Amino acid sequence: MALKALKSQLKAVLESLYTEGVLDHQFDQLQALQDANNPGFVVEVVTLFYEDTEKTLRELTKYLEQPIADNQRVDSYVHQLKGSSSSIGAQQIKLACIDFHQACLDNNKDGCLQALNKIKYEFYHLQSKFKTVIQ
Amino acid sequence: MGMAAEAQFHVLAVDDSLIDRKLIERLLKNSSYQAVTAVDSGSKALEFLGLREDDQTNPSPPSVPSNHHEMQVNLIITDYCMPGMTGYDLLKKIKESSSLKDIPVVIMSSENVPSRINRCLEEGAEEFLLKPVQLSDVNRLRPHLLKGKLREQKLQQQQQQLSPPPPQLPQQQQLQPLQQPQQPNNKRKSIEEGLSPERTRPRYSGLAVV
Repeated sequence: MALKALKSQLKAVLESLYTEGVLDHQFDQLQALQDANNPGFVVEVVTLFYEDTEKTLRELTKYLEQPIADNQRVDSYVHQLKGSSSSIGAQQIKLACIDFHQACLDNNKDGCLQALNKIKYEFYHLQSKFKTVIQ
Repeated sequence: MGMAAEAQFHVLAVDDSLIDRKLIERLLKNSSYQAVTAVDSGSKALEFLGLREDDQTNPSPPSVPSNHHEMQVNLIITDYCMPGMTGYDLLKKIKESSSLKDIPVVIMSSENVPSRINRCLEEGAEEFLLKPVQLSDVNRLRPHLLKGKLREQKLQQQQQQLSPPPPQLPQQQQLQPLQQPQQPNNKRKSIEEGLSPERTRPRYSGLAVV
């Protein structure tokens, strides 16, 4: 049955994401909240996260490109992203946000750029893994 | 839902993050008997609650509150970090309002800052939850929901006393008895331990926090 194959594929993908530390146990919570009455909950939240994060990453890139960075604004985006990644269990992204926040506090532009690149890498990695299953 | 015999609790959730609003809504509704209104700012919350500008100067009005929502809300759960009005600011405004001060308020935050937690508890918050909020945290809200429900029922009684009793049966509402033993200082656990004791899973699976 196609559904059964899909379900085991999803399970395998998720297991690898847990093992790699890409997802943490918060993602379990999301799954626990999905039930017969709310079958699309996980997909809905993950999709929101993608849209939200893509926007945020664009803004962050833009602000970091400016010669004099607006640290407060950058940090506020980072705070938002840390919150949303934490809420869905995107552990690596959350950890990179913590680094990013510290770099903002230290006024360390290179550190900020590094953290942003790490976030982008982790984000696209997560997105591609999910796409193989959610499609 | 057709649960005429069970009390339904109405929760007002306040969070500027759409994802977190979705999450809290689902968490609350998952526990059944909850109606949830989610708004994205403190000012929208106050609007929903019908807080008038001059509410502070008016003595507690004996007449029916003008905005029905304020009577119905049994719990307010709000994020701390929000642009404009923070969760703390919202808490203060609610506690300063004669009509709203008895609605239980719970604060959520992604940061475990003891001074922040203390400030909120001192201002009258019932509980301080660390984000991301878990299903086990929602269970801790039950006593506060009951408190909020009692307030609602008291207000309804006052309303009925002022106007002639309508020719209908009184509402059959069952109050759920408290199911879990009260933990001493359960509000403070988030300061002392950093984690809710009911969490069975660690937040980081062995990875060091950078």
